Amino acid sequence: MNLIVFALLALLAITAVAIAKLRELWAVIMFTGIYSFLSASWMMILDAPDVAFTEAAVGAGISTVLMLSTMALTGKAEEIPRKKSLVPLFVVLVTGATLVYGTLDMPHFGSPNAPVQVYPDPSFVERSEADMHGLPNVVTALLASYRGYDTLGETTVVLTAGIAVLLILRRDDEEKDESAQLAGNKTS
Amino acid sequence: MSPDLLPSELTSGVLMATSFAVLLTMILALVRATLGPTVFDRVLALNMFGTKTVLLISVVSFVTGRSDFLDLALLYSLMNFIGMVALLRFTQYNSFSDSAVITGESNEP
Repeated sequence: MNLIVFALLALLAITAVAIAKLRELWAVIMFTGIYSFLSASWMMILDAPDVAFTEAAVGAGISTVLMLSTMALTGKAEEIPRKKSLVPLFVVLVTGATLVYGTLDMPHFGSPNAPVQVYPDPSFVERSEADMHGLPNVVTALLASYRGYDTLGETTVVLTAGIAVLLILRRDDEEKDESAQLAGNKTS
Repeated sequence: MSPDLLPSELTSGVLMATSFAVLLTMILALVRATLGPTVFDRVLALNMFGTKTVLLISVVSFVTGRSDFLDLALLYSLMNFIGMVALLRFTQYNSFSDSAVITGESNEP
């Protein structure tokens, strides 16, 4: 099973290099589809089927279509940069080193002492009703109060992403169509 | 996971060999997608890659004895189909809106 994981990771690296090297954006979009298929199967082997489900639906399905429709509005080729600068390489190296350094603190994969394997703190269940002035639902208390800022940030990110996509994909003639449709709806 | 769902030694070996064959085919598809001179070579390579992913997930789910992963394989094949239709439609019409092809059809309420 380890060999399959190594092969998948090697394929992921090859795909990433191909994405960076290719200058034809049409092919790059297809390679991102391949990339998300690969990463989804890797996540599935790591026993995270929910993340793999999301990756397959969003990465391979929706984002491919979104990028294609964005390409229809912009251009099909990427300009080849004249000079090679070392700053992007430096930034990527520093970011990668920071991420690898961050994983050093994490418990080993499948370790019995990982926080996931230890029973969650029962004090949430005992305290939440008194903390929330009698709210009986622990899930609501966790999502809306204990992790309130987290939930607020998530909804803000989703809203911003939706607005950005709508702004990018908007076209002037479609606006006219929509206003005409609205007028038609008013009269009917 | 009940232990009787796990395959026997021989079956497990055959399944592992199958998964490596599938991985080899994935590499070949990747090479074709990188080299492919025309658009349709790349579309075929991507389509084949999606199919191989579905096969790999199915084989791995039988090796580990978790048949609930088969649902994911179904979802992947659906995604593959939708992506293919979108890609080819874009290649032919250069846009996704119906109004660019047949004027007035998309404006019907």
